[in-house]
Amino acid sequence: MAEQDARRLVALLSSDDRRLETRWVEVVTSTLGGRMSRAEIERELSEFYRALEAALRSGDTDPHGDAFAEVRALLNELSRNRARQGFTPSETAVSVFAIKQALEPDLVKSSDPQAILDYLGLSQLLDALGMFTVEAYARAREEIISAQSEQLLELSTPVVKLWEGVIAVPLVGTLDSARTMVVMEKMLQALIDTGSEQAIIDITGVPAVDTQVAQHLLKTVVAARLMGAECTISGIRPQIAQTIVALGIEFGDIVTKATLADALRHALGRSVGDTSPLTARRR
Amino acid sequence: MSPESAAGTTVTVAIGAAGDVVLARQSARNLALDCGLSLIDQTKLVTAVSELARNTLIHGGGGGMRASIVRDGVRRGVSAVFEDSGPGIADLDLAMTDGWTSGTGLGLGLSGSRRLVDSFEIDTVPGRGTSVAIVKWAR
Amino acid sequence: MSLRVPVLRIGDSLLVSIQTDLDDGSVLVLQEDLAARVVEDGATGVVIDISAVEIVDSFVGRMLATIAAISRMLDAETVVVGMRPAVAITLVELGLTLGGVRTALTLEKGLKVLDDARDQRPQGLPDDPELR
Repeated sequence: MAEQDARRLVALLSSDDRRLETRWVEVVTSTLGGRMSRAEIERELSEFYRALEAALRSGDTDPHGDAFAEVRALLNELSRNRARQGFTPSETAVSVFAIKQALEPDLVKSSDPQAILDYLGLSQLLDALGMFTVEAYARAREEIISAQSEQLLELSTPVVKLWEGVIAVPLVGTLDSARTMVVMEKMLQALIDTGSEQAIIDITGVPAVDTQVAQHLLKTVVAARLMGAECTISGIRPQIAQTIVALGIEFGDIVTKATLADALRHALGRSVGDTSPLTARRR
Repeated sequence: MSPESAAGTTVTVAIGAAGDVVLARQSARNLALDCGLSLIDQTKLVTAVSELARNTLIHGGGGGMRASIVRDGVRRGVSAVFEDSGPGIADLDLAMTDGWTSGTGLGLGLSGSRRLVDSFEIDTVPGRGTSVAIVKWAR
Repeated sequence: MSLRVPVLRIGDSLLVSIQTDLDDGSVLVLQEDLAARVVEDGATGVVIDISAVEIVDSFVGRMLATIAAISRMLDAETVVVGMRPAVAITLVELGLTLGGVRTALTLEKGLKVLDDARDQRPQGLPDDPELR
């Protein structure tokens, strides 16, 4: 679009701008149903309005260009705030699209065909900005969800100290690769934090194990050994044992026990015999 | 398929002496921190960088590393490219299946380094040189 | 930029704490220093503390294995202590073993490992009149 188009759009926006802005604020306020104060909305939209005008005054109409950097930054912030407050994508994008609604009364009254072209031009621009808003909103939501699942992961993977020198990690539920890795890292760190030399990974509460998870468990045991500790896996049910064998995964000399109790007994046996060759085993 | 570099984040490290391997590691670590990589991912990335930088120095006769933060849609990561004009690798398949021993031995550590990163591309021409490009994404 | 890593004596063992990134020069110096001290002090154990080490690549791995091999030849056992979880996980992924080097979680446990190994050595001469 040419520079004159940009100037006409500015004219469109700034003609009788108090009225336009007021209408715009009204549309947005009514959509948000009282969850945001009018004063807040006014402040937000007025900032955006000024930035939009300024960008158009520079003669550029490309929403992705440098002239619109401030507009994009403002929309980004607006989207993030809405996302955090729990508004829907529509409620967020309406802030942009509402300008069109605000302009419509004037358009209907006008008999100038140029006015329609100008409106269409502005509409295109606003559509692009609206899409940008939705994308920024989506990114913000993803970040929030990801932070929440991290917190959930933290809460659901406790490492317990069973005895002096023995910690246990009871795994419950379906294990996926990502979760297993997090749990294993926590366990290794717990060995250091508690000064324990033995860890028991209990998978009684795990219905199924796939290759990746089995390999993660294996790697964790090897890592624990490298650090100077020892690991036992307990709670392997018949189906899981079959799956592991069928997958061709070698557990080598890693000790596995049917129950957590057996594993604890075994671990304590190792600890008591502190001078046993096992603790001084070469890596 | 190549991700775009985030402007202003490229670091170039000439690898000509042992101390440069340390520099390469530090640069990679700084980028990893900026990128928000987890501690484990940082460690894996920097270890891979250490291996590859050392390869460039010892087997490639010196060269350089170019590292930067890259984007691929929503995610961010660290990319590092190692280049040398050394002898190249004659049998790439063999080098890539190089088993690790802690003894002496050629141990290019390529297969190991590959497991530490998310993407690993190697280009080598015997007699002309080698180039290895790795990327580790933040999760 | 070669740093000389200090070697300390604890009982019958020598302790080396690796703090920073070592370059090739420092590694060679360390290996020599340790070998000399093992002989000088009649040490029967070597503890290498890597709790401050954030990155263990194949170079460092080989150094640890080499120190252990040299020490063994000089009749001393080596134990590596304080490996960080991130390092352990990365070593496993790299497929790098430390080639028979013992490990322990802490300095204290490491010293105990060495004590136990020492206790298992045959003490003194066999009771044979011919050898007196």
